[in-house]
Amino acid sequence: MKINLLMNRRLPPQPNELIDRNQLVTFRFEGHALTGYYGDTLSSALYANGVRMMGRSFKYHRPRSIYSLAGHDANVIVEDVGGHRTNLRGDRLLIEPGLDVLAVNTSGSLARDRMRITECFSAMMPVGFYYKAFHTPRSLFPIYERMMRRAAGLGRINPNGVALNTPKDYGFCELLVIGAGPAGLCAAVGAAEQGVDVLLVDDQPRPGGSFNWQLMHGDAVEHRRKLLTDIRRHQNITVRLGTQAAGCYSDSWVALVDDQHLTKLRAQAVVFATGCYEQPAVFANNDLPGIMLASAAQRLIHLYAIKPFDRAVVLTANDDGYRSALDLSGAGVEVAAVLDLRSNPQPTELSARLVDSGVRLLLGHSIYEAEPTRGKQGVQRIVACPVDPEGHGDPSCATVIECDGVAVSVGWMPASGLVSQAGGGFRYAAEIEQLVPDSLPSNCFAAGRLNGVFDLPDQLADGTRTGQAAAAYLGKFSGEPGRPVDRNGPVFSHPYPIVVNGRKKSFVDLDEDLHLKDFINAHQEGYDSIELLKRYTTVGMGPSQGKLANMNAVRLLAKLTGRSIAQTGTTTSRPFHQPVALSHLAGRRFTPVRRTPLHAWHEESGAVWMHAGDWLRPDYYQINGQDRGDCILGEAENVRQNVGVIDVSTLGKVHVCGPDAAGFLERIYTGRYVGQAKGRLRYVLACDETGVIIEDGVAARLADEHFYVTTTSSGAGAFYQEMQRWQILWGMNVVLSNVTGQMVAMNIAGPRARQVLADLADIDISADAFGYLGVFQGTVAQVPAIVMRVGFAGELGYEIHVPASQGLYLWRKIMQAGGGHGIRPFGVEAQRLLRLEKGHLIVSQDTDALTTPYEANCSWAMGRDKSFYVGQRSLQILQNQSQERVLTGLCFDDGFAGSLPKESHLIFDGPQIVGRVTSIAPRTTLGYPIALAFVHPESNVAGEPVMIRVDDGSMIRATVTSPPFYDSENARQG
Amino acid sequence: MKIICCPVNGPRPLQEFRFGGEVRFMPDPGDSSDEQWADYVFNRSGEPGVKREWWYHIASGTWFVAERNTVTDEFVRTYLYEDQPADE
Repeated sequence: MKINLLMNRRLPPQPNELIDRNQLVTFRFEGHALTGYYGDTLSSALYANGVRMMGRSFKYHRPRSIYSLAGHDANVIVEDVGGHRTNLRGDRLLIEPGLDVLAVNTSGSLARDRMRITECFSAMMPVGFYYKAFHTPRSLFPIYERMMRRAAGLGRINPNGVALNTPKDYGFCELLVIGAGPAGLCAAVGAAEQGVDVLLVDDQPRPGGSFNWQLMHGDAVEHRRKLLTDIRRHQNITVRLGTQAAGCYSDSWVALVDDQHLTKLRAQAVVFATGCYEQPAVFANNDLPGIMLASAAQRLIHLYAIKPFDRAVVLTANDDGYRSALDLSGAGVEVAAVLDLRSNPQPTELSARLVDSGVRLLLGHSIYEAEPTRGKQGVQRIVACPVDPEGHGDPSCATVIECDGVAVSVGWMPASGLVSQAGGGFRYAAEIEQLVPDSLPSNCFAAGRLNGVFDLPDQLADGTRTGQAAAAYLGKFSGEPGRPVDRNGPVFSHPYPIVVNGRKKSFVDLDEDLHLKDFINAHQEGYDSIELLKRYTTVGMGPSQGKLANMNAVRLLAKLTGRSIAQTGTTTSRPFHQPVALSHLAGRRFTPVRRTPLHAWHEESGAVWMHAGDWLRPDYYQINGQDRGDCILGEAENVRQNVGVIDVSTLGKVHVCGPDAAGFLERIYTGRYVGQAKGRLRYVLACDETGVIIEDGVAARLADEHFYVTTTSSGAGAFYQEMQRWQILWGMNVVLSNVTGQMVAMNIAGPRARQVLADLADIDISADAFGYLGVFQGTVAQVPAIVMRVGFAGELGYEIHVPASQGLYLWRKIMQAGGGHGIRPFGVEAQRLLRLEKGHLIVSQDTDALTTPYEANCSWAMGRDKSFYVGQRSLQILQNQSQERVLTGLCFDDGFAGSLPKESHLIFDGPQIVGRVTSIAPRTTLGYPIALAFVHPESNVAGEPVMIRVDDGSMIRATVTSPPFYDSENARQG
Repeated sequence: MKIICCPVNGPRPLQEFRFGGEVRFMPDPGDSSDEQWADYVFNRSGEPGVKREWWYHIASGTWFVAERNTVTDEFVRTYLYEDQPADE
């Protein structure tokens, strides 16, 4: 790259410049060392050094340079050499010592980008070409895909990059004012004067907005000084600069983003004073470096003290263009001509001053074409000609004007994104050729240019009015806020700043390299709705999200379809309206985990953990030298032969009390409870309204009006909520108390369980006094406990529930008392094996979202002649329908050595799928593998074989066996 | 993020709540045909407008009814089920 380091475009100090001339900063761009001042952005520093070409365009790889200098375009995008940060926008990136960046989207280097060849083939790449071209022949698609992946996207991601932790915080304020320009400052002061606490945010490093680079003459200087003093003086105005409001969500929840962190701000009211984006004019070669928005030229002059051009042409359709022409003159730029799209503009003070200065003024003219310099890295001259309202120029009357730069000021589009996201609507105000807010949520207000108000005195009045209106909304202003300002002033936006030139590319969307012809083609292909046009052409889908493209696309489509702008509509705005680094959005990994009070004991005893819903539970206890299967089988065999104990604190536990307690259980569960004796347990099974099983457990009747109910571990939370809802819905006299976390529960199971407990319990636990499905309240090792005789594992079993604080104490006592009986803890996996041998189902493991009690062989748990329970009516209907499947058992041959089926593997009868496996245990205390499975009733013939297809496609033979597989007489539970 | 006003705990962020479906009235199971019952169990009205919905404040375990405009996603009002306003 040729850089003329002698060229220095700096002007003498400007009153509002952002640079600190005492601090030189050296940085690198594309490998070249350059210097700028502290306060320079990358774009301004490059321009000051005479660098014109700062990037390559997305599709054609055309040279690009500064266009808005406000981050509204995506021409200057870089990444750092280490690859740690990518897609940095040059207009926003402050230079700092050590900054070393490269332009993105180049192959080789920015200067010798090999991909610039693509423009030679542009005729073969009309809009949508990749939809049409890259699908046949199918065999070539992998090649197409590789090619497109290479061409797509901009920056590169360093896969070895360092993870950045960006802090987040929460903020609250009464009134948020977004934008510290003339209207925003007035709104903040207007509200603060009424005692409102105001947070004023602006994405620039200094407050003032257009005061700092555009409105700098006459009264404006004094207004600026006074407002900036006022916001400092008011104690209740907080100012956050360099902070963008990046997105607006429900109920005025606003994301504030700065370099350091993300603030999630909740505002009670919001004033939007976000201003406007200056809009491009469309003419041939309008993307050449040196052609920029007039506001960009003014930013160069006033914010960075840089002379934009040597000899400029100004293309305008409003007073702002005249002001920028005068600014250019003031900065020593020779203004070769001012072209005004309007043929008969109202004379103003600014236009008079310009005419007086002798600048050549061509009315009713536009640029027909800009001609590039030899390297195409700049503009050499422009061809001006008269244009009609349809955008047709008349080249026969052309005027050729030599220049090295063009400043364009043909209109503005409101920065409406945040307002739309907040729920505001916009309409097209034809009298000012601009979108204006039409409807706003009651706590949202729009002020200034965003509101279609352009003259400075009007902007100030509009700001004060909205500040007072916001104060009134917050109940802090009882006076009458000013009336909305009339929008009958001069028109700042041109209805059609587009000139048709069939031979050269006239860009509408600089991000996506879309030119006029693409839109004409898309319209011819039938894309006549703005939302369809957007998706087909991809207009507005680039990094700048259509800030400079959408309005012209709408104007174009309206012209092509012969509809009005209002009829054409606009596209939807979504957060974020400016790019936000992913590191700002990424949260910490945070997954809450519940641990039982016995966690530490399990940990010390070699527990290998598994996640069960929110809970951590011991899967099994590791014994040195044994694999997982050995450990699990060992634990299970010890339960069958001696005694084991398992922590079941994760079970849901609910007290149901009150006169209606039994009646309530009868309505939520399928069984009967009114007649249940005190001191007895019953199995409970719950269905939803469709008759599908959702929960099971046991209900212990502790007193006439007091049941203690357990639920599954995973369903506990949701089922308790349903119990609460039913209680409200039915208005029953019941009190529910969820004690899941307050109680520790442990299950002692095995033939020696009674001996272990005998020494500890103060209750008679003899078989006669405390039989199967009995429940006692008493003390165990002096700890108050509920003890229940259950048999999930298929052995003599006691489930002991004690207060959480006593859990560990009792657990240790039990381990101590069981020492002589061979007691060992067992984990979840051994319990699953034991219950599988016993044929007990686990809800949501062996049932799915359609399983009825009929299918799960639970008809026995359904009370007959009940007046009502949830799911009853549906089950009555289902009872009369033919059953499609039934839960049954499968056995595999003794000593089976092949690859066993897994859960969910399909079961076949010939070619026909007849079921699936729901649970399987490869190693059992029985010596052979077993499974539970759903099969079609016709295939459920005990002793008959079925075939199961396993992962490798082979078919495994199993024998249908009616469960239980173990102790079918329940002799061992006695 | 939305703010929902729990009738017991006041305005709280959406994260603290669970949606519990539309408030619907069960027909008398003994007095409805299979078709009527199936319609109640399986069909939901997607018609936009102000709906009465169940919401649950998880932190405090409170069920309540919210009237919500499903077009604008605005909560019109919230109240406990038993405090249903008289105008309904």
